[in-house]
Amino acid sequence: MSLRASVRAVPTMLRIGVSEALAYRAEMLVWIVSTTMPLIMLALWHAVARTAPIGRFGGDQLVAYFLSMFVVRQLTGSWVVWLMNMEVRDGTLALRLLRPVHPLLAYATSSLAELPVRGLLALPLAIAALGVFAGGQLTRDPLLWAAWAAAIAGAWLITLAANFAIGCLALFIESSNKVMDAWLALYFVLSGYIVPVELFPHRLRAAIDWLPFRYQLGLPVELMTGAHDHAEALVLLERQWAMVAIMFGVVAFVWRRGVRRFAAYGG
Amino acid sequence: MRDYASLLWLQLRTSLALAMQYRADFVTDGLIEIFWTVTAIVPLFVVYGQRPTVAGWSFGEALMVTGFFTLLQAVLEGAINPGMALVVEQIRKGTFDFVLLKPKDAQFLVSTARVLPWRAANVLTAGALFAYGFSRLGRGPSAADVAGAALLFLAATIILYSLWMLSVSLAFYVVKIDNLTFLFGAVFDAARWPASVFRGLLHVLFTFVVPLAVMTTFPAKALLGQASAREALGAAAAAVATFALSRAVWKRAIGRYTSASS
Repeated sequence: MSLRASVRAVPTMLRIGVSEALAYRAEMLVWIVSTTMPLIMLALWHAVARTAPIGRFGGDQLVAYFLSMFVVRQLTGSWVVWLMNMEVRDGTLALRLLRPVHPLLAYATSSLAELPVRGLLALPLAIAALGVFAGGQLTRDPLLWAAWAAAIAGAWLITLAANFAIGCLALFIESSNKVMDAWLALYFVLSGYIVPVELFPHRLRAAIDWLPFRYQLGLPVELMTGAHDHAEALVLLERQWAMVAIMFGVVAFVWRRGVRRFAAYGG
Repeated sequence: MRDYASLLWLQLRTSLALAMQYRADFVTDGLIEIFWTVTAIVPLFVVYGQRPTVAGWSFGEALMVTGFFTLLQAVLEGAINPGMALVVEQIRKGTFDFVLLKPKDAQFLVSTARVLPWRAANVLTAGALFAYGFSRLGRGPSAADVAGAALLFLAATIILYSLWMLSVSLAFYVVKIDNLTFLFGAVFDAARWPASVFRGLLHVLFTFVVPLAVMTTFPAKALLGQASAREALGAAAAAVATFALSRAVWKRAIGRYTSASS
């Protein structure tokens, strides 16, 4: 199928994805509650900052940081790796390969369609809380908000690419869920999800700059809480989008190699 | 009673024999559990890099709490969760019939049905955490403290088991339960930190609703020789109460089982 036809199919696929996500809304709610780790970390860091601020973080800044983190996590999530693993194992990937739309595009749209449903369930409360408790801490600079929007898109694409790349590994090994577990462990720690990246020792931060994790969560949060000036924001955004390009390069490589090995057992 | 002791022994032996067939799992399951734990400890180092004490706990003392959390997680992953996962599957497929047909208590049978020792690899990490914590404190625990901590840890294990049993009982009402265990995992994660970190609503929630404080902070205090009789009594009462509750709910729940297969 031509690129144009694929693009024209996207809105319909998105609509299907939204209905699917709506059908499982109760399950979705459970998933949202299970992403409340930033709130626990907020309680912890708040206890640490009770006597004196840590770096630029006083109590209010911490509230803004971790509530923003909760919001950003809802906006940039993707869990397509579990689906890919399942479909490779039971052979249903074969059905997707028969369709005229590229399987990865189909995965991407179903993953994207989940976000508004999640958002509808989780965001009103989180944004209200952010407004009431930490409104003054968020940036008022429209340019930074524009950068934030770009960073959210980039962050989602990196998360998606990571899911794709690890999902494609399932074509080589029996199941790549364990690999994803290991990736997630690093993601939680190094992305700023539980510790703001600024609080890490210098040498570790230098390493984090070159890893994808910070660009998945930390960067958008830093932008919306006004941690960077324009020049810094631009440099970080460039790095983020370079990371997007690299990650999708990896995906293209692994997919092409992997799909040749696919034997559709059980399909 | 002797019946049950020999039955327990038998179930454990079969489970272990089964696990020995999958020794390679030690590498994937065990090492990933340890990897998770090690990365999860990073924030502790960062936090204590900023302050010598947090909410009244020094680094060495907080390591005890994390140690008990890790130990409890090992028990959960290695001994409690595998059996429970099996029940949920049996309920969905209808093979739970075979469990009910057996002449022994169903709760006992499902709880002891499966052990995955490789998932309990975190016992090693917990040991390392205790050792490192005491080396930071520059002393060792007294024998009495170890005994007290062991008793409180037993209470913690009973509470954890009962909470888990409660969520499994829900599987008789809503069949798709695997998400619920994720939810519990997310809440349980807060037990990694000393309970005094949490204030206000969270403090009430983690003491009375999901007694995380009892599960990790109390044993840690006992090991440090700071436990009070009140806390010990509270832990014992919480263990008895949650166990009785989970037992009652389980009894009611199996009454509702309708066997999916028939």
